Amino acid sequence: MNHLADKYADEIAAILAKYPPDQKRAAVMPLLYLAQRENGYITRQSMDDIAAILDITPTEVASIVGFYSLYYDRPAGKYRIQVCTDLPCALRGAEEFLEKLCANLGIRVGETTPDGLVTIERVMCLAACDKAPMFQVQGGDGLEYHENQTVDSAVDVVRALRRKAWAE
Amino acid sequence: MSQNLLLRHREIADLHKLEVYRQHEGFQAFFKAVTNMQPDEVIEVVKASGLRGRGGAGFPTGMKWAFVDKKIWPHYVVANADESEPGTFKDREIMENNPFQFIEGVAIASYAVTANAAYIYLRGEFWQLAHQLDQCISELYSAGLLGDNLFGTDYSLRIYTHLGAGAYICGEETAMLESIEGKLGQPRLRPPFPPSFGLFGKPTVVNNVETLSNVPLIVARGAEWYRTFGTEKSPGTKVFCLSGRVNRPGNYELPLGTTFRELIYEHGGGIPDNRQIKAIMAAGASSALIVANEEALDTPMDYESVPKLGAALGSASVIVIDETVSIPWLINKTVHFFKHESCGKCTPCREGTFWMMHLTDRIAGGAASWEDVELLRDVAGQIKGKCLCALGEFSIEAVLSGIERFQGDFKSKVGAEETTDETLPAAVS
Repeated sequence: MNHLADKYADEIAAILAKYPPDQKRAAVMPLLYLAQRENGYITRQSMDDIAAILDITPTEVASIVGFYSLYYDRPAGKYRIQVCTDLPCALRGAEEFLEKLCANLGIRVGETTPDGLVTIERVMCLAACDKAPMFQVQGGDGLEYHENQTVDSAVDVVRALRRKAWAE
Repeated sequence: MSQNLLLRHREIADLHKLEVYRQHEGFQAFFKAVTNMQPDEVIEVVKASGLRGRGGAGFPTGMKWAFVDKKIWPHYVVANADESEPGTFKDREIMENNPFQFIEGVAIASYAVTANAAYIYLRGEFWQLAHQLDQCISELYSAGLLGDNLFGTDYSLRIYTHLGAGAYICGEETAMLESIEGKLGQPRLRPPFPPSFGLFGKPTVVNNVETLSNVPLIVARGAEWYRTFGTEKSPGTKVFCLSGRVNRPGNYELPLGTTFRELIYEHGGGIPDNRQIKAIMAAGASSALIVANEEALDTPMDYESVPKLGAALGSASVIVIDETVSIPWLINKTVHFFKHESCGKCTPCREGTFWMMHLTDRIAGGAASWEDVELLRDVAGQIKGKCLCALGEFSIEAVLSGIERFQGDFKSKVGAEETTDETLPAAVS
């Protein structure tokens, strides 16, 4: 029984069609994104499922999860707010922004709000250096950029996420 | 003066729509190439234009295409849309607003190197953008501009997007190929180079988004026209990404050879609160620090002139540093980045960035002695020239140039103002 293969047969077929038939392993990254959509992180079971689809070992799949920073092997808040504090953003006040946003939410970097909604993370350059402070919100089935932010506008984003989570 | 060849969407509304793009020469170059030109003729035009790779290395594009091994099949084109260098945000603007010019560039490059499949490798954070490009590509199939037997010829082309997942190293071309193959994004030993052994072990050309976006206009309007922009050895325009302590950060498309002064003061509006400029990083976090004196400000930004300042143009991601910025703080930032992004394959880079991080933490935190600065310089020197790819080299550029060119900042940080230059070991450069 392969949960992923059963549930997403068409999507998986479309992903595999992008690569030469003898290079199935190339589909591991898109399949991991598919699996991550299920639970917000990649479960052990999903890694086994992907390994079976691609004829590689679960260890090989796990090594990909471990190497790339956008794959998660453990749960966090429903949404991850990821603030870039690399040099160009830091020159435009990203560190102070992150500090104040954390204070406002009452959590530290890496922590999740008590309601399980938001985890705050510090990440590397997101290619939006001219629009700092900025962050991306990762969660649900997508990833959104929020640029030219203030603490107030970021708190508004969190409020909107909370409303969205309640509505679901 | 601003010259928009790539950022044409700033003048042409709705250029991201296929019908609008086609009203502005869109896909005429690809049609002309496929129906009227031999692949080698296309390569000759691009060679004659003098176009050089915009990803950072500045390698002549046409020459790279000509290297593709014609004895081994199939061939692939990979578009590098990984855009992960701190300070670089140009490819994103091109792909979001002028996607069809970029895709047409991918298509022409594919025809030129006789590839029937091309992959666009986007950093994982460009998730929405990948969906937009998928949409564009599907419109092109419907319009008969991509797919099988194009324009009644026997040439067929399919283009696919592939999302990375947060790894700076995948912008390095061989790591990118490994990543598409479903492996860890770690660089390969070269040679062999991708034009003979690339994606899935087949001859492959890897080009940056901006490079490819130049191609449709070069093929449509000719090499001579293209050479009316820029300098003799660095023809064309370049999208300069301006960030840091400047009033108007953003992308500015200007002829190669424009001076730092014009970019920073005329286009960027100068430094906030009229503070003094202190340093320039011309190639993002990978840059050596340029002392921003009058001579530097008047230096043309092209592939030949910037090296005279002991730096490189790279991807032309100009980060402006003002007088209030402490250089030890700055290199601590860049070193943290490279430590995080080192793929771990080569020991000097993996271990070296780790130790540089601890040393710069201590120096920037004011808890170091001058010996730590010397040790930092020593560790950096041991990374130099000992790794498979350029990441290790990039990690030490700001460190070594910073210590050498902004010694005072380090001395005041370690409380060693009495230290004289004679106590310094010879500069490693």
